[in-house]
Amino acid sequence: MLAVIDTTLAVRDNLPRTRRQASKGWPSPKLRELWLYRELLYFLVWRDIKVRYRQTVLGGLWAILQPLITMVIFSLVFGRLAQVPSDGVPYPLFSYAALVPWMFLANGVTQASNSLVLSSNMVKKIYFPRLTLPMATVLAGVIDFALALTVLLLLMLIYGFTPTINALWLPLFFLLALVTSLGVSIWLSAMNVQFRDVRYAVPFLIQVWLFLTPIAYPSSVLAEPWRTLYGINPMAGVVEGFRWALLGTDTPPGPMTIVSAAVALALLVSGVFYFRRMEKGFADVL
Amino acid sequence: MSDLAIEVVNLGKEYHIGGGQNKYYRLTDQLADTFTAPFRRAGRLLRGQATGAADLDATIWALKGVSFQIRSGEVVGLIGRNGAGKSTLLKLLSGITDPTEGYADICGRIGSLLEVGTGFHPELTGRENTYLYGAILGMQKAEIQRKLDEIVAFAEIDRFLDTPVKHYSSGMYVRLAFSVAAHLEPEILLVDEVLAVGDMAFQRKCLGKMDDVAQEGRTVLFVSHNIGLLQALCERGIFLQQGAVCADGTMTEAVDAYLQTLEQVQSQDLSQRADRKGQGQIRLVGTEVTNRSGPSSVLKTGHPAQFVFAVNDLVPDLACNFFIYDTIGQPVASFKSKAQSPEDTVDPDNGQKFVCEIDELMLLPGRYRIDVAIIGNNRLQDFLEAAAVIEVGDGQLRGRPAQSDGKFSVFMPHRWTLPKAG
Repeated sequence: MLAVIDTTLAVRDNLPRTRRQASKGWPSPKLRELWLYRELLYFLVWRDIKVRYRQTVLGGLWAILQPLITMVIFSLVFGRLAQVPSDGVPYPLFSYAALVPWMFLANGVTQASNSLVLSSNMVKKIYFPRLTLPMATVLAGVIDFALALTVLLLLMLIYGFTPTINALWLPLFFLLALVTSLGVSIWLSAMNVQFRDVRYAVPFLIQVWLFLTPIAYPSSVLAEPWRTLYGINPMAGVVEGFRWALLGTDTPPGPMTIVSAAVALALLVSGVFYFRRMEKGFADVL
Repeated sequence: MSDLAIEVVNLGKEYHIGGGQNKYYRLTDQLADTFTAPFRRAGRLLRGQATGAADLDATIWALKGVSFQIRSGEVVGLIGRNGAGKSTLLKLLSGITDPTEGYADICGRIGSLLEVGTGFHPELTGRENTYLYGAILGMQKAEIQRKLDEIVAFAEIDRFLDTPVKHYSSGMYVRLAFSVAAHLEPEILLVDEVLAVGDMAFQRKCLGKMDDVAQEGRTVLFVSHNIGLLQALCERGIFLQQGAVCADGTMTEAVDAYLQTLEQVQSQDLSQRADRKGQGQIRLVGTEVTNRSGPSSVLKTGHPAQFVFAVNDLVPDLACNFFIYDTIGQPVASFKSKAQSPEDTVDPDNGQKFVCEIDELMLLPGRYRIDVAIIGNNRLQDFLEAAAVIEVGDGQLRGRPAQSDGKFSVFMPHRWTLPKAG
């Protein structure tokens, strides 16, 4: 049956008109829409933070225990037994300073890669920018990061380290960690919708990545130009940046940092485009 | 009011069944496919076949060639059987999923209530969930703040506002969720079967609210199985069947067309029907309604009736539920095999059949529809709307003649004690 199209119908000028149709090719990142939904992002972050340690006995202590215990194990195995060099810094401090941003990335990526699948009900029933889900999960990790960082400052106090003016660079290195985490999370969460392999691959990926990042060892074991090339792992730039800014190791921001930043940014931008491309099918596949 | 609110032109949505929709690809499959596809394609070319065509897996058009316009301020009811494409249409309009062809233009802010309460977090309090759910539905924080009192009062949960919703009763839960959603103020509201929540009093309140929404000149598109409700709320009705607009006119016209097809369904072979829900491991393969004195399907008020439901497989703990609805979709009675009575028996010689016997049918004369649900392995296995349509003829209940006035459905055995004049 053909509907009668009434061409006399007018559209009120003041109303936004949106067209829903099949999208072709690479879609726009729709950042404006994301901005309009910034309050949703805020509420999702706030929800994740509120809910994260509900019904746990240790609560926020988990944020501190994870890197702390890893640090103790690393200190025993790599510091004592294997005698790994630590750029002239006490080994526990050396590894903990790297573990703080590392745990932020590892937990963020692990949880965010599952975020869309866990919220499949919402994705199937409500329209909202889906990017907010992995983003919120990553951002909620900032609280854990802050707690772990506080412990780092305490450890520095115990070992008699005072932060220098370099510490002002810290937010930039954190930003680098954040961009890396967002980029990888956005990629993986979108892939996870279609390929449930991601859920099994992520813990393995994180483990491999941990040892590819100069956490248990310094990047100074590599000579140039290999060190610069090492920056392809953005976390190498982050970790060495943290050590330089807080502990004063001889790893100031340099070519490696620039490579890391470029890779992180590329991950994020490509991730957003990939996500947008896959997004239209999420509700159908979940 | 001749402003356009929604314009749908030749809208279509294709789903892959077995191919892309429900199957989660493994990366290895994809890789293997990537490597072998060029060879397969080359092989087909050599054999002189067109590329692409043979590659397509089974697909189904949930919607096809749907076109209509809705003016701003119109309240439209959308009806159709399961799988007719109602929910798909709402999903396309709200932007949850993209159409395969055609387009839909939406003028103004759109709010959709496709399922009340998705997005609620059980660990958060009522107040916290109100903000969260509001934000998910697209409300601004300031807007929610302004309406908080109103929302809470409407939901009648003031005392429990700061209690985690996991401690709420299911009634309180849906009341709050509906209340938040009802205070959304978009120009266009899409509502899918959400009024079936809460108790009668709250339902009436929701209806009132929906009526207000319509009065304010906002556009509402309703989906419900409760035809009586739609008739009360909507002036216009669109009847969808197998993904296409089958009737578009006044609500009464749409309902008439719908009821007609509902009766045609009965003659169709049950196993041929695709409009079912559930896991599908166990299927309902046949229903038979008799009056126990013969195979005649003419039932009478006050007389015995027998319902037989055959399934294609048996598992431990299999249960059969069936529900009787009147012609306008109002629920009348439900029967559940799990709710046992000492009178129930097990008959190993009965094959794969559930038999439910009624000694005195308490339905008034008229036409009724029977929906059947089969539950096994703790999951809904099969659900069929209108698995049978029954006709109840005039009869007597304990000697009392049953009269139908077209409004009521149930007739109870009863006894009067009358005063005597003089």
